[in-house]
Amino acid sequence: MSPMQKVGWFGKSMLGLGYAFLYLPIVILVLFSFNASRISTVWSGFSFKWYVALFNDESMLKAAWVSLKVAFTSATVSVILATLAAMVLTRFRPFRGKTMFAALITAPLVMPEVVTALSLLLMFTTVFGMFGVEAKGMLSIFLAHVTFTMAFVTVVLSSRLAELDKSLEEAAMDLGANRVKVFFVITLPIIMPALVSGWLLAFTLSLDDVVIASFVSGPSATTLPMKIFSTVRLGPNPKINALASLLVMLVAQAAVVGWYIMHRQERRRLRDIQLALKEG
Amino acid sequence: MSLITRWIQLVRGQSRWTVISIPYLWMLLFFAVPFLIVLKISFAHKVVAIPPYTDLLEFVDQAVVMKLNLTNYFQLWADDKYWSAYLNSIQIAAVSTFLCLLIGYPMAYVIARLPSTTRNIALMAVILPSWISFLIRIYAWMGILQTNGLLNKFLLGIGLIDTPLRIMNTPTAAYIGIVYAYLPFMILPLYSNLVKLDFRLLEAAYDLGARPWKAFLTITLPLSRRGIVAGCMLVMIPAVGEYVIPELLGGPSTRMIGRQLANEFFVAGDWPMASAVAIVMLLLLMIPILIFNRMQAKELEGRLA
Repeated sequence: MSPMQKVGWFGKSMLGLGYAFLYLPIVILVLFSFNASRISTVWSGFSFKWYVALFNDESMLKAAWVSLKVAFTSATVSVILATLAAMVLTRFRPFRGKTMFAALITAPLVMPEVVTALSLLLMFTTVFGMFGVEAKGMLSIFLAHVTFTMAFVTVVLSSRLAELDKSLEEAAMDLGANRVKVFFVITLPIIMPALVSGWLLAFTLSLDDVVIASFVSGPSATTLPMKIFSTVRLGPNPKINALASLLVMLVAQAAVVGWYIMHRQERRRLRDIQLALKEG
Repeated sequence: MSLITRWIQLVRGQSRWTVISIPYLWMLLFFAVPFLIVLKISFAHKVVAIPPYTDLLEFVDQAVVMKLNLTNYFQLWADDKYWSAYLNSIQIAAVSTFLCLLIGYPMAYVIARLPSTTRNIALMAVILPSWISFLIRIYAWMGILQTNGLLNKFLLGIGLIDTPLRIMNTPTAAYIGIVYAYLPFMILPLYSNLVKLDFRLLEAAYDLGARPWKAFLTITLPLSRRGIVAGCMLVMIPAVGEYVIPELLGGPSTRMIGRQLANEFFVAGDWPMASAVAIVMLLLLMIPILIFNRMQAKELEGRLA
């Protein structure tokens, strides 16, 4: 082992402190969600009562449902549009306006959230007003979320497509498949894992968004983050601790399952390689 | 009927253009046009009688016949309240970015040096908290930073302070929140840069008699410049426009431009002013955004080559 592979005590303690910084607030939050006291910093015994209160809160459940519906639909549409965009960016011959296209697709990545939110709100009020449609609600949140999540998904898919071996697609085309067929038979199955992770990314971004949703939505639709935001603005709230803990546990479980699937795939891949080597 | 079949034929013949036009049109309609509307409204007068939720149609028509009106921008220039909000945002974002670099660099460095089996787990442990809702991670700090909160209790308990510190609702709380929320964005690009570091260069430096710190300062640090720039941009750009963190943790004494924009819009109901604030914010962010875009383009070129 070369001397620079070693990590000294300084490095190790910095890493440890860094992890403590990242995880302590979340651990404390979960612990205090079982606190019997209303005051968020005084421990007065173990209790599930805030969880019970949470599940009896109609408006909270309704907001969660709105969030899930918006996240599901917007992630789906976002992945479809992002797939087209990523194909255009990586597979299409240059065309007039391609630079503009690339800039436009990735611009939401660097645009401050408040600016995106304000511009979408002003547009919705202007355009929807013309047609007499109610401007602010589920539809406007859905459209806004598709627009800003699409940029992220396009980046994920583009980098996957850029790595992808083009010769497979070319071989299929040489054998007489047209572009559409090549896409569905060759390209799509290969990029499927990237599509799934892109969808999950869009889904979580949409579930997480508070700024854009608060701007473009009116009283008719409230998402869960909007509800949380308006509640905790007034100070810590034990019901939110309970909700937060449930979400944390959900994420932890998803992480364990994800890790297990990846681990299993990796093992299978290694075994395949070994088998192939033996046969060779 | 024939119209539909003709349309289908047209689409089939032009499948390339169909594929291009669908995402293109979406982005034009929901990104470019809204932005142009903001630009246009930023040159409009505030109509006093207009409540926040009326439709904007007549407003826009007025703007069409109106000449370029720079009142809002002059007001931005003249009023100290906007100046201080812009300067505060830049200061808070810059200091937070620096703190993220200070904490994130050693972390990324150590993770990149770990054996490959533990490396992935260590990296995963950095990413994992960002799967938890942003809002909830910020909220978690509210209970800790309160005057009767856990941090003060801890500090009083170990005898470091005599009277509780006031952290909540001060800019310090905003700093803590921003550093906490954006730390992973600093670590990830630094890690992916440092993990590619050529150890032979370091070995050569050691062979030539460099001490570890000297080798770090003359070899590792300069070679990781691109990772540092990428990490700083990823933290700095969103931090300037941050709205949720100053609103929840920073309180009224933290005047950042994102809050000013939201106030202008929701409280004052002054849409043209809010638009002008947004446009100036973008102009301000133009330089870092362009740097970032150029670096991304280079990165992509490097990967494709």
